[in-house]
Amino acid sequence: MKSAAKVPDVVSALLVAGLVLLPFYSSVTGNVFVLTMFTRIVIMALAAASLNLIMGYGGMMSFGHAAYLGIGGYAVGILAQEGIGSGFIQFPVALAASAIFALVIGALSLRTRGVYFIMITLAFAQMAYYVASGMARYGGDDGLTIYKRSDFAGLINLPNRVQFYYLCLACLLLVLFLIWRIVNSRFGLVVQGLRSNEQRMQAIGFPGTRYRLVCFVIAGIMCGLAGALLANNTDFVSPAVMYWTRSGDLMVMVILGGMGTLFGPVIGAVVYLVLEELLSQVTEYWAIIMGPLLLLIVLFGRGGIMGLLGRFSRG
Amino acid sequence: MLLLVEQILNGLQFGLLLFLLAAGLTLVFGIMDFVNLAHGSLYMMGAYFAATFVAWTGNFVLGAVLALGATLLLGMVLEFTALRHLYGRDHLDHVLATFGLILFFNEAVRLIWGPAGLALPLPPWLSVPVQILPGVYYPAYRLAIIVVALLVALLLYLGVMRTRIGMLIRAGASNREMIGALGINIKLLYTLVFGLGAALAGLAGLMQAPILTVQIGMGENILILAFVVIVIGGIGSIRGAFLAAIFVGLIDTLGRAFLPNLLRQVLSSAAASTAAPALSSMLIYLLMAMVLVVRPEGLFPASRR
Repeated sequence: MKSAAKVPDVVSALLVAGLVLLPFYSSVTGNVFVLTMFTRIVIMALAAASLNLIMGYGGMMSFGHAAYLGIGGYAVGILAQEGIGSGFIQFPVALAASAIFALVIGALSLRTRGVYFIMITLAFAQMAYYVASGMARYGGDDGLTIYKRSDFAGLINLPNRVQFYYLCLACLLLVLFLIWRIVNSRFGLVVQGLRSNEQRMQAIGFPGTRYRLVCFVIAGIMCGLAGALLANNTDFVSPAVMYWTRSGDLMVMVILGGMGTLFGPVIGAVVYLVLEELLSQVTEYWAIIMGPLLLLIVLFGRGGIMGLLGRFSRG
Repeated sequence: MLLLVEQILNGLQFGLLLFLLAAGLTLVFGIMDFVNLAHGSLYMMGAYFAATFVAWTGNFVLGAVLALGATLLLGMVLEFTALRHLYGRDHLDHVLATFGLILFFNEAVRLIWGPAGLALPLPPWLSVPVQILPGVYYPAYRLAIIVVALLVALLLYLGVMRTRIGMLIRAGASNREMIGALGINIKLLYTLVFGLGAALAGLAGLMQAPILTVQIGMGENILILAFVVIVIGGIGSIRGAFLAAIFVGLIDTLGRAFLPNLLRQVLSSAAASTAAPALSSMLIYLLMAMVLVVRPEGLFPASRR
């Protein structure tokens, strides 16, 4: 039992190895498309991992997580527009803005539970979407083109595809490491305890809402980082990244991969986005297959891909 | 003054449409404990059905009635084939499954009716303005929406509070097992309630259709407003949904109409014209935030459990 590595761990390790080696494959075969596609996948995996922290470990079903993608993105875009191109300013501002938004939204929505929480996070994210659509100075509905990627003073060159990919991958691995440390810390155990039985945790003296709020803000900051990277990746930011179906996509990635597992969201993001790409090559109407597929996954596939792999290792 | 009357009526009309949508959502949630994101898709389907049937029959009222029946049927089929297997599961499962349904419906509409929107033209007798006060004219169609929606709200109230079916629905909401043990076919009752909710959403969609164009995704933005209404009114409460819907409709409409001018008196005109659109679209969310601070379970929580 102890000597044999479990199947999910092996798959996770293979996945990380594959992601690290991907640029070599791309340069050997000359397939640039796969690199740009996986840059996006890695960024979305980062966002999904941050959602997993509150949803999988914290039991907070946020349906507004894409808001941070937009906030991080707009922080980079607006600063670039105003002539501040340094990444050393852009990225901290993106993270701080996400933290403030998460703090305000979290303080309000954590007063509620269950469905209310789902609806309220959804509504606040939609509010952010409308605010961005109303910012005429920064493109409004049409979005904001970023003419120059964040400048890190020669430390790392973002317009270089391979360097940018490795920056995103490093961010993803760093965030996964942080989530792993958080989940296994005293703080993380309290948050997970609150998910299992809030009353009992309150009764032994933990201020539940405060712990949850801190967790919510941490996840917001992590997703804000993904937003800043995403804006640099597309050289563009628009209200559409905050649209509520984006939040739905993130939720699907987390559930698909396996909620409450460290690498689940990464696997979910890879599978979901690759599947989307493949289906859209087969037919323009890919969502007509994707939609019912989601329904089936919910009906029959409990625990996501990680859960499925776990069943293999038990034999 | 004239503008104010007109905007208040517009707000009322928008609020009543929101109520039709929110009533279906809150009924389904209150009784089946089911979160239905695809409610907005039913709203969209109502509009598409209406545009098709009106063009087909050449008669606005007949087309609308046919569309209503089609949405009712669609809702019941949807419940029967897919959604009833999700009752009793986690709310997150509901959200994901109905999210998948939204994707499906949007693509199906694109496949059947094409990506361009449809127009639903009004018959001549509805497209004239009528005099409501001396010297104040208001479009007959918008007035008709107000009348129909108020009528439906009244019927819904009477139906739930005064009829045998309504009694069963209320009983099913408070204790599912008990009403089943008394020999009531609870599954059929649920299918009917879901169909009713779908028809209400379809009605809202087809009534809104002549004002806006019929297009893909038209149900999604208004669905979020319906959520806001439910959160403010209290989940599962029809009375709360009614009051909150009218409140939200009025605030949203009046805010968009008058906020720019109000801001211009406080701020410079350039600052006001940049801040006003963002602020007026934030208004109802701010209202929701305020309600949450004061009463997290909504203004009129359903008095069950």
